[in-house]
Amino acid sequence: MSTLLQVTDAHVAYGKVEAVRAVNLEVREGEIVTIIGANGAGKTTLLNATMGILPLKGGVTFTGQDISKLDIEDRVAAGLSLVPEHRELFATMNVEDNLLLGAFRIDKATAARSFERVYTLFPRLKERRKQLAGTMSGGEQQMLAMGRALMGAPKLLMLDEPSLGLAPIIVADIFRIVSELRAAGVSVLLVEQNAQAALKIADRAYVMELGEFILDGNASDIASNQRVVASYLGFQHEGASAI
Amino acid sequence: MVSGADSVGERAALNTTILLFLLQDGITNGAIYALLGLALVLVFAVTRIILIPQGEFITFGALTYASLSAGQMPGTIKLAVAMGVVAFAFDLFTFRKALHAKRVLRSIAVNIVFPMAIWGVMWALGGRPGNIALNIALSLLIVAAIGLYLYRIAFQPIAHTSVLVLLIASVGCHLALQGFGLVFFGAEGQRGPAISSDAITIGALRFTGQSIAVYGITIALIVGLWLFFGYTLYGKALRATAVNRLGARLAGIRTSLSGQIAFLLASVIGAISGILIVPITTLYYDTGFLIGLKGFIAAIIGGLVSYPLTAAAAILVGCVEAFSSFYASNYKEVIVFTLILPVLVLRSLAAPEVEEEKD
Repeated sequence: MSTLLQVTDAHVAYGKVEAVRAVNLEVREGEIVTIIGANGAGKTTLLNATMGILPLKGGVTFTGQDISKLDIEDRVAAGLSLVPEHRELFATMNVEDNLLLGAFRIDKATAARSFERVYTLFPRLKERRKQLAGTMSGGEQQMLAMGRALMGAPKLLMLDEPSLGLAPIIVADIFRIVSELRAAGVSVLLVEQNAQAALKIADRAYVMELGEFILDGNASDIASNQRVVASYLGFQHEGASAI
Repeated sequence: MVSGADSVGERAALNTTILLFLLQDGITNGAIYALLGLALVLVFAVTRIILIPQGEFITFGALTYASLSAGQMPGTIKLAVAMGVVAFAFDLFTFRKALHAKRVLRSIAVNIVFPMAIWGVMWALGGRPGNIALNIALSLLIVAAIGLYLYRIAFQPIAHTSVLVLLIASVGCHLALQGFGLVFFGAEGQRGPAISSDAITIGALRFTGQSIAVYGITIALIVGLWLFFGYTLYGKALRATAVNRLGARLAGIRTSLSGQIAFLLASVIGAISGILIVPITTLYYDTGFLIGLKGFIAAIIGGLVSYPLTAAAAILVGCVEAFSSFYASNYKEVIVFTLILPVLVLRSLAAPEVEEEKD
């Protein structure tokens, strides 16, 4: 498996406060990698900086090409896609137009195939294709945000807290779809507070605390690590069966 | 005391014919303000820039057309060529880290070849006045080029800054372009030939070919914009940028591209408005600003977001202007611009909490 995304010695700062310190991250082709950690650990900051939304000091390569100097739009064109925490949908436009714009940088034939693929993954979006994005439920909006990101046929999809604020049954649905993406050849970098669910579908995991990675390894090893169980999994064991 | 107040008794009372004339006049002007208001809303929604230089697009369009019709070479073409060269230099500076041949060639085509080609056509005409359609086309192309390069040079490098910084830059551009207008066209007013000299009479009303052209072109442009925003990929991309800039960037839509398209549309709309007005009124190098401001009032009434409200408000502004020039012509502008006060008061009451800009 060749390396898709490689972040080396990354530092991200808000003014004088360093939110991410000396982070090294790797995602290989066909992998689901998850970053787990508490609120405020710097997970979202790291994703945003990798996408080019925030300035990052350090190296970012994607499919072997240095993308650290590229604009957000060019990183999208290179095959990197982010579904941000706040989803950033076009609220006053309908589902179909939101999806169409996700394919802005690719040719029409590929876009037509993307439509089919997204509607197969999310049949609900097909039913609602004329509905305005802003009037949909949280779960539907999350599906639309993922659908829009997939329209551009990305090689790597970065998901920021896709389960945040959603009902357990919808969370289960979204995690099932993330697993399906891997089968369809899309790698996924998943940032989650719901560590239990994330570790279940991931191949590898990083644990982030106070802006640094303190642990990394196979997801199953991380899931059985004493420290991780105590900090992130212990209290979730009972409720986790729903997921 | 103003003499108008004393002479009220002598003035013809408002009868149906005069009422209709005033309405006709108001709607004709209102249609033009509607176009300008729509352009302002479009540019603000997409780029957060309050487009003060809109007035200069009107003046440049009108006076370039008038100069061409008089067989003169307008100075605006030189400005377009010069701005194109500067825009190309800006592009080269931006590309310096990754100098792809494709991007450089595209930049040469847009910034150098395009204005030079317009100049070439004008050169070939050799000062002979071309026909009306050719003159209109050349005027539109020149102003479109100036609008496009203005965004590239003045606004694209500061696109991420606050609305206030963009507004200050906008005022600066207005003053600079107005200065160029004085240099190119002098302090004398000019008029251009009408698109059509025919007229039809319905009852007491006489519709000149020019006023029918104003209605026709306004409606065609509004329908055209509606189709563009509703049914084309680039139109939707522009709307998306207006709705959610970060979302648009994450979908791969370049905000600089959206800004360029918005400025291109606004400058062409401004120039069309100018070309429509210049046969009706004498235009000076600084008249455009005042006309643009009336479009701005309409845009403010529309809250800088609503297109239909802006268009309706523009017709209202035109009618208020027409009636106030009948009743109190000295106070015409005062009355029109006072319209903005109750609107701002109502809007501030309706929306007590001001949302801080986040971007």
